[in-house]
Amino acid sequence: MSEQKIDGGKRTWIIASSCMGAVGAGFVAVPFVSSFEPSARARAAGAPVEADISALKPGEKLTVEWRGKPVWIVRRTPAQLAELPKLDKELADPLSKRNLELTPPYARNNDRSIKPEYLVVVGICTHLGCSPSDKFTPGPQPSLPNDWAGGFLCPCHGSTFDMAGRVFKDKPAPDNLEVPRHMYLSDTRILIGEDKSA
Amino acid sequence: MAEMHTAPAGAGAGQRLLTWVDNRFPLSKLYDEHMAKYYAPKNFNVWYVFGSLALLVLVMQILTGIFLTMHYKPDAAKAFGSVEYIMRDVPWGWLVRYMHSTGASAFFIVIYLHMFRGFLYGSYRKPRELVWLFGCGIFLCLMAEAFMGYLLPWGQMSYWGAQVIVNLFSAVPFIGPDLSLLIRGDYVVGDATLNRFFSFHVIAVPLVLLGLVAAHLIALHEVGSNNPDGVEIKDSKDAKGNPVDGIPFHPYYTVHDIYAVSVFLFIFSLVLFFAPEGGGYFLEFNNFIEANPLKTPLHIAPVWYFTPYYSMLRATTDLMVNVLAIILALGAVMAILRGGFRASAKIAIAVVAIVAVFLLKTFDAKFWGVVVMGGAVMILFFLPWLDRSPVKSIRYRPDWHKLVYAAFVVFFLALGYLGSQPPSTAGNYVSQIGTLVYFGFFLLMPWWSRLGTFKPVPNRVTFASH
Repeated sequence: MSEQKIDGGKRTWIIASSCMGAVGAGFVAVPFVSSFEPSARARAAGAPVEADISALKPGEKLTVEWRGKPVWIVRRTPAQLAELPKLDKELADPLSKRNLELTPPYARNNDRSIKPEYLVVVGICTHLGCSPSDKFTPGPQPSLPNDWAGGFLCPCHGSTFDMAGRVFKDKPAPDNLEVPRHMYLSDTRILIGEDKSA
Repeated sequence: MAEMHTAPAGAGAGQRLLTWVDNRFPLSKLYDEHMAKYYAPKNFNVWYVFGSLALLVLVMQILTGIFLTMHYKPDAAKAFGSVEYIMRDVPWGWLVRYMHSTGASAFFIVIYLHMFRGFLYGSYRKPRELVWLFGCGIFLCLMAEAFMGYLLPWGQMSYWGAQVIVNLFSAVPFIGPDLSLLIRGDYVVGDATLNRFFSFHVIAVPLVLLGLVAAHLIALHEVGSNNPDGVEIKDSKDAKGNPVDGIPFHPYYTVHDIYAVSVFLFIFSLVLFFAPEGGGYFLEFNNFIEANPLKTPLHIAPVWYFTPYYSMLRATTDLMVNVLAIILALGAVMAILRGGFRASAKIAIAVVAIVAVFLLKTFDAKFWGVVVMGGAVMILFFLPWLDRSPVKSIRYRPDWHKLVYAAFVVFFLALGYLGSQPPSTAGNYVSQIGTLVYFGFFLLMPWWSRLGTFKPVPNRVTFASH
């Protein structure tokens, strides 16, 4: 074989046709890879939902489904609200400045809400998407610090959040819980998924 | 046309048929090469049964999988019900299903032991690097199979486990969120995800897996098996050119392996019939509750064979990233001050270290957790080039090397245990130490595997007949 003379012209055509073949295969791959994307039906299913909060008592939580995710509406007690400003030093991002997409401008405050009494957050941990559990009772308990002031604990990787969905320092979750775009249609009705800027 | 052979005069119908086939397909040749004239070292011990057992479990998984597919419905609304239907209404469906679910755990037990055998006797060393690499590929495929298969029953653990693992990909900087969207096919784990995982689990990954198993065996039979002494049996051959310390795989090791198969099936049946859920480790209790996208179970953990890596993921917090950055910086300073590198190489080390520390602090701990978890598996691929010890087998290594291996095993098991438990502060510190030990074992191997006084390796295998 090694004594054979290489035909330069033939070699060029072999390389050229192989490249053409690779380009063709690349184009054929596009529809197949694209078929992995969310279908038109999945994309259409993202409409806003309305929640009625008239029956929610202080200290209670209501869960509504929006885009397949749990959205929590928590009516916070005055005691819970009073704790929030004291926690700043223990929090990773107390004013939600790190990832602006997760918090609409009207919720970039200490209590992360339009009306301080009502917290509206997506109940999905920003770490890996588990739904944190309610740990509203203050005080020492398993997996939580002794000076626990009430909040949420993610069962998967132990991230903790305060009563405003703000993540504590040195936890796996990088961001505070997402506040969805929302607005008050009346005193007792909230529309989730749309706000006045839309 | 190839030369045609004829069966000797007076040969029976069977031999004439075989000659007919051999003239058209290398049947006898393949049989000889892989069975009757494949010479394996005569000093195999009990560690050498796990390869055959892995093949047995693979066949069992494929067979039971085919039958499960006949009754299962890959539809988010029907999947959970169809599995319960298999368990309750399909005749013997419970047996087929439990064989498949217990088989998955058995597969990992067998494979972990098979891999550990490789660690002990240096089976990944030259010339068996490709055997090891194909094996690592098989291990990756198995993990993919196990992970995607676990979504199919559509229980709470299926759902939230998939949610966590798919979200791992969203931690990748820049392309992450789109990548995880592409994997799920929806904004949350849903029907689209279930359907595609089903497709991957029953056809795409098994095809790759079978190809890799074939490559693993072809590569093994090309270079020949290693043995507990790490001595090349091909170095001493008899007049016919066969290794003096080798015996034909069939019948010697086929019989040996059939015995192992009986013992294995005995234990497997005990689990299958008396504890198919494996105490909540093989099939988690929460998975008997249908998936609920609005509520994460209070305690979620992956199935036991993923827990060591899961622990490492959980251990990677901001604190851990800082520790890694400090270790990296110290390592670079040591390499520059004490290492015998040229000036240009030292500058390169300094630049790489500064960039690495900068990246560590720039991206989230979440992303590095994913890197640590993936790296823990990918590092296995580099083992043949990390081990620099002059001997293959643990038998001829310095005695303290055994302690290093023991520490590695203890920490790996500890990581596995902690990964199955709810997060706790103390547990997290232990996981962080375990993660450092795991990576230290591999990354420092080029250094420690050369240290100590090695024992003389015999020319031929040590063997005492019973």
